[in-house]
Amino acid sequence: MNGFFDIPSDLQHSWWGLIGLHLREALLPVLAGLLLALPLAQLCVRLRWLYPPVLGLTTVLYAIPSLAFFVVLIDYTGQTELTVMIPLAVYSLVVLVPAIVDGVRSVPEETLAAAKAMGFGPVRRYVQVQLPIAVPAILAGLRVATVSSISLVSVGTLIGNQGALGNLLADAQKYDRPELAVNSVITTAVLAVLCDAALVLARNLLTPWMPRGTRSRPESAASRELTGPKETVR
Amino acid sequence: MESVTKRYPDGTVAVDRLSLEIPDRSITVLVGPSGCGKTTTLRMINRMVEPSEGTILLDGADIQQQAVTTLRRSMGYVIQNAGLFQHRTILDNIATVPRMLGWGKQKSRARAAELMERVGLDTSLGKRYPYQLSGGQQQRVGVARALAADPPVLLMDEPFSAVDPVVRKGLQDELLRIQEELGKTIVFVTHDIDEAMKLGTRVAVMRTGGRLAQFAPPAELLSDPADAFVEDFLGADRGIRRLSFFPSAGLELTTGPVVPADAGAERIAASDAPYLLVTDAAGRPLGWSAPGDLTAGDIVPERLLPYGRPFVPGTDSLRAALDCAVLSPTGWAVAVDADGRVTGVVSQAAIGEAIRSAHAAGQADDAKVAP
Repeated sequence: MNGFFDIPSDLQHSWWGLIGLHLREALLPVLAGLLLALPLAQLCVRLRWLYPPVLGLTTVLYAIPSLAFFVVLIDYTGQTELTVMIPLAVYSLVVLVPAIVDGVRSVPEETLAAAKAMGFGPVRRYVQVQLPIAVPAILAGLRVATVSSISLVSVGTLIGNQGALGNLLADAQKYDRPELAVNSVITTAVLAVLCDAALVLARNLLTPWMPRGTRSRPESAASRELTGPKETVR
Repeated sequence: MESVTKRYPDGTVAVDRLSLEIPDRSITVLVGPSGCGKTTTLRMINRMVEPSEGTILLDGADIQQQAVTTLRRSMGYVIQNAGLFQHRTILDNIATVPRMLGWGKQKSRARAAELMERVGLDTSLGKRYPYQLSGGQQQRVGVARALAADPPVLLMDEPFSAVDPVVRKGLQDELLRIQEELGKTIVFVTHDIDEAMKLGTRVAVMRTGGRLAQFAPPAELLSDPADAFVEDFLGADRGIRRLSFFPSAGLELTTGPVVPADAGAERIAASDAPYLLVTDAAGRPLGWSAPGDLTAGDIVPERLLPYGRPFVPGTDSLRAALDCAVLSPTGWAVAVDADGRVTGVVSQAAIGEAIRSAHAAGQADDAKVAP
């Protein structure tokens, strides 16, 4: 046993290096997913008929195993981080789109009527009224997407050690060092918990206007969308 | 509004050839059963709904000629449940339109604080968020927000129907007070005929199908309902309600049965009234008593009959005076001045006489008296 933090040299990173890599591979796709989901969700709110097919499409995409995605993507993006991140970004849509749509739709009718009557144009109404009021629901979606993305990165180990902390799992097998697997699992879990806590903090800072008692309510609505955790390797 | 019609694509007619001349600087109430198109009518004024036919003129200019956001910013709008921005503080809510009009932050905030006082809110609430306020307070914020940029026109869509009756009465009184100070042109939608009668300078009664049934001052509606629909909508106690518009100033008061608590025996014996109203040293009423039950120099206020609720001649209406007489155990209403001192008493019979002569004169006083 060479020690818990003694990372095999084939990974070309220290433990901290792997953590940084892991966060980058997990969080960039969620950010990209959010940037994609915002306009998509707004379209779905404006054109009601569009929402069911979009929801169906994101669900179908979510059902594609990441391995299958990799096989297709490797032809274009090679054995790179990008190949791992593209599927993760696509997966995040299944949570983010409904979260934003629900959030924007949760704005009370009279609030919208009041905004309209006060002379808010459609853009101003979206940016100054609908989006801020949707923040709790959006943050709830981001929490689920972030945690799931952090756990999913590990699968990247299958395409040439692009799984960051997940690579430790492969090495544990390769060098018969089970402590590396334990390290991988614990570190990934701690990262997920810390990121989740950071998002809760961000939400609390962004929504001083929410009654304290109901803060946790929009969350349950968003996590309903995801019936179970996606398996790390399928 | 000139012959305005709103027809929806499915053929439903919400408002049918409605023509209304809404007078400046007064409260016009649109009232009617649900589905009569009153809210649609209101929303056509700020173009939240576009009319299918007809034109709406504001000070002689067609509102279609104006940019829609400019038009809306020049009209305050108050709705049921207030529709406040839950993510903004009370001050920022009220300052919304001034900010959009490009006033500075300081100026907008100062204006918002001024308006909070005007609608009877403590300025310490300014930093709070809407969820921390009661329904009545939120509605006051809604009114303040609508008034923020000092618009000449105020549109109110059932603003007080979601609050309890006590709060509603407070809000109505507050609106009348504000209106007295500011003199806005207010269009007020309600389904509550009592509210319409209380607030309206003129009341437009609308019927299902979006047609105007009658447009008249409240007293005229009560005395001359245009048809059975209006009469029915006004309710069974139209006669009693109408008394709200007759002043009580003309009632003939008598001080015969009024005796001070320290009155001598001969003062009590001198009266031939069946009941005497005993007052304290300052002249405020204590209660009624039969003369035989009074012992000079030894009057115990607890043993007197209650005198009910007194009315103030000149301020209260005949309806209030009649109510006092009906509630009084002796059938006599007690009249007091503004300080609560007894100015006299009047019997049901005398009030009835006054009602008959007021009807005969046929002149419902134009000056509105609150019911």
